Amino acid sequence: MSALTTLTPLRDRLTRDPHVTRLAVILVLLLTFFMLVKTKNFFGIATWQSMAVQFPEFGLMALGVMLTMIIGGIDLSVVGVANMTAIGSATLMMSIAPTGSDSPQGYLAVVAAIAFSLIVGAIAGAFNGFLIAKVKIPAILVTLGTFELFTGIAVIITGGKPASGLPAQYGEIMAQRVFGIIPMPLIIFILATVVIALIMYKTAFGTKLYMLGSNETAAQFSGLKTDNLIIRTYMTSGIYAAAAGLVMLANYNSAKADYGSTYTLLAVLIVVLGGVNPNGGSGRLSGVILAVVVLQVLSSLLNTFPNISNFYRPLIWGGVLLLVIVVNQWTKKNRLSRLFGVKGNKS
Amino acid sequence: MVDNVIAVRDIGKAFAGVQALDGITLEIAPGEIHCLAGENGSGKSTLIKVMSGVHAPDTGTIELNGKTFSKLSPIEAISNGVQVIYQDFSVFPNLTVMENLALNAELAAHRTFVSWKRMRAVAEEAIAKINFTIDLDEKVGQLSVAQKQLVAISRALMSDAKLIIMDEPTTALTKREVDALFAIILDLKARGIATLFVSHKLDEVFEISERFTIIRNGKSVITCLPEELDHATFSHHMTGREFDDDHFVPEHVSEEPILETRGLGVDGAFADVDLTLRKGEILGITGLLGSGRTELALSLFGSKPADSGKILINGEVVEVGSVRAAIAHGIGYVPEDRLTEGLFLERSINSNIVISEIDSFVSKFGALDQRKADAEGQRWVDELKIATPNPANPVNTLSGGNQQRIVLAKWLATHPKILILNGPTVGVDIGSKHDIHRILRTLASEGLGVIIISDDIPEVIQNCNRVMAMNAGRIVAEIDPRRTTESELAELMSKDPSTIDGKG
Repeated sequence: MSALTTLTPLRDRLTRDPHVTRLAVILVLLLTFFMLVKTKNFFGIATWQSMAVQFPEFGLMALGVMLTMIIGGIDLSVVGVANMTAIGSATLMMSIAPTGSDSPQGYLAVVAAIAFSLIVGAIAGAFNGFLIAKVKIPAILVTLGTFELFTGIAVIITGGKPASGLPAQYGEIMAQRVFGIIPMPLIIFILATVVIALIMYKTAFGTKLYMLGSNETAAQFSGLKTDNLIIRTYMTSGIYAAAAGLVMLANYNSAKADYGSTYTLLAVLIVVLGGVNPNGGSGRLSGVILAVVVLQVLSSLLNTFPNISNFYRPLIWGGVLLLVIVVNQWTKKNRLSRLFGVKGNKS
Repeated sequence: MVDNVIAVRDIGKAFAGVQALDGITLEIAPGEIHCLAGENGSGKSTLIKVMSGVHAPDTGTIELNGKTFSKLSPIEAISNGVQVIYQDFSVFPNLTVMENLALNAELAAHRTFVSWKRMRAVAEEAIAKINFTIDLDEKVGQLSVAQKQLVAISRALMSDAKLIIMDEPTTALTKREVDALFAIILDLKARGIATLFVSHKLDEVFEISERFTIIRNGKSVITCLPEELDHATFSHHMTGREFDDDHFVPEHVSEEPILETRGLGVDGAFADVDLTLRKGEILGITGLLGSGRTELALSLFGSKPADSGKILINGEVVEVGSVRAAIAHGIGYVPEDRLTEGLFLERSINSNIVISEIDSFVSKFGALDQRKADAEGQRWVDELKIATPNPANPVNTLSGGNQQRIVLAKWLATHPKILILNGPTVGVDIGSKHDIHRILRTLASEGLGVIIISDDIPEVIQNCNRVMAMNAGRIVAEIDPRRTTESELAELMSKDPSTIDGKG
């Protein structure tokens, strides 16, 4: 009985948002397929742990991109921000605690590096937001440009080589298993999700973001500080990208200007797959989180087939992205049928 | 009886459950000048769109050139000689006159390469048809409204038109330009080209039309000859109401003005505007499109800050440099186009209502009190009788009249002292229009200063206690609506600005 009552609101929510329903179905199908075809991998805890270590990298980026897409923009610079801040904080850590330093020095370096990374991420994001809101350049151009800019800065700092030789304490903290099983990156991702959920659904800022994305002119006419909102949104995206950079830094135990090059597309794909309208104004966090999980499971599943090379990844992600967009347009009533209808009339 | 150019029979069309057209029948004979009249929201535009193939009707047939269609495509409509000149003329402002004129022909011929010589010849031929001279290399965006219209007419005539539909063609024209347009329409008639003239301006339609069809709420009310109608019956057919002289009379007007402007101006839009508004008043500002009325509203609301002059609120000079400043001074603004400027269509009714005061629902810890916000939304839904089953529904589920009430509610929720409404009842059905007017009158009697900006002359005459006419960026007259007729006011609005020296 109590199970039923808790289920009803869930079911309500599922039927209300077709994206979430669709994703839940896809996830179940995917997991069933995984279980049947790769039974051994599916029931090994290592499979799930490696997933939980990996997906926060692009999952955190996707959360930032989600906010920018809700206001009708996009952030293509997240990978650039992540690599730049990772390299910056790696360099900082190594200068505070060079090889052979004692462990308090190492922990100090870690704390300083994390703070540094998030602050630089915020500044980089605010820079994006400034160009979009004040200079009035389309978000797609700004963030494509700053992606190159941030990557360029990263290349110059390292000379293009990986920055490695981090203090052992960093890897130690990030490799922690909470309760012996939950990897640290997953904890970070859950924390980040809770924070963004609070921002989106429990603050006036969150409501204003949706309104801004729905109609920018009306937002201005309603007295919203639209420029300020845009800058704060991209700043948040920058902070989340920097957090992703910290996770990547731990996972590879090094930082390099061209890590995670497929993540830009992946983050955009996740957000669209999660049901966020690329024109802004609608989309739910739950959809995006589900999309993150679906893509990680798909990715891990592909990994278990040795004959599907990693080189196929971009092709698969790109294909899925286009398919999702087409299906979304389709479900918007009549869009496609009208297109074909006009064609039919002409002939 | 001569065969009709076009005949639509029993046309029905519904949008999202709202019956826009309901069994409309309309016949137009060759060379006839036919007037289609009806209030805003009566279905005129929808009917035009059915006749030109933009919308497919749900029921009924369209007879064109002896063929019967259950629905038309725009291509079929054009190839059968139906041409529409929309209010915005659908010209390409960034192209030259020649390109605008010749483009359709070039496209229709499926040419791959452009011959400028051929295009020039085509364009010259087109303007020769209605005897007007114009620089073919001028960008259309630089032309005056009347010239743009002539370009649109020439273009329509190129494709062997048999019927030209003009959607409110005189809206932005001066009297002299209207006369020139009528001369062209008569010339077309002489060549056997029929005109469907869509308008709600009484004087004009009586001057030119040979037959009337009046529609109301999507239904044909009457089709008749001009002799059978006078002004009163015409208005009655359009509105379905008997006209009572129900003028707004303010109850308590404050001594001190709540809002004043002195020499207010925005470069290139309007200049030297002096106005005063007292609590309890409804001030009308009327003028044609391009008269500067919208820019004036935007500068009072801080969206287009004034370049010169002063704004005084309660006798003190204030700086209204931004929308937020205006809101802080207690000014609310219901914009001209609620869809693009007023509403967040896919967001909920509640959030649309509370957005401008949302910061007052935030607790000390920064959390938004959603329950309180929803209660506020619900309060306004009840107060303004917004017809919705659930205030959590998106705004795009509502009709135009209810949507306009939401924009109104949003501003009333901020407790404004001054409310500026730009075209408050455009695209709103008659019932809602009446309700909105009643709400505005109540607000004024409660001590709000209200400004209605509108080109709907009956609206300002009935609902305002003072009306200012704007023409070419200046206030040309202030009138007492109880002692002025609609046509006198229309005259002031549309007088050729060159004949007005200073203030009229």
